[in-house]
Amino acid sequence: MQFARVLGTVVATVKSESLEGRKLLVIQPLDASLDVKGRPMVAIDSVGAGKGEIVFWCRGREASFPFLPSEVPSDCTIVGIVDSVFLDSRFTG
Amino acid sequence: MILGRVVGNVVATQKDERYEGGRIMVVRPINPDGSDAGDELLALDAVDSGVGDTVVVVREGWSASTTSTGSPGAAIDSAIIGVVDTVEENA
Repeated sequence: MQFARVLGTVVATVKSESLEGRKLLVIQPLDASLDVKGRPMVAIDSVGAGKGEIVFWCRGREASFPFLPSEVPSDCTIVGIVDSVFLDSRFTG
Repeated sequence: MILGRVVGNVVATQKDERYEGGRIMVVRPINPDGSDAGDELLALDAVDSGVGDTVVVVREGWSASTTSTGSPGAAIDSAIIGVVDTVEENA
């Protein structure tokens, strides 16, 4: 899993039936220091995340599991909203 | 699997139900000699690791989910599955 910030919402009227009722968000992946890392991507929300929030997301096949038994097509799903991150400076360099 | 060092942890109240009771750790990938080897990732802890530990991380969902929650099918893509005592190269 990785950190990201929610940048906004994606609205898609025409979409796969299996995406009906799902919230698509644009997220900016972040590193552990919460600095921008890589390119923005589209994620499906499973926890009620909103714009501006720091979240963590799951990649790959597992990204569709929060919606079981619905088979939702996703390779990037937001699975948690971050309250706080503790980093130990002795080990982060 | 990869070698990593646990550098921190994450607190999240609102999360997928399968993460309940689990510990979400921030892991920095490392080389066998202990030097940094890329960007940090989040992994669910399956072995009671702690900050500063060198660990083995599996980056495949079925294995990660089964070892950290006891059953497959969770939205977990990485888990800490071992605390490393030593790495010997050219062994």
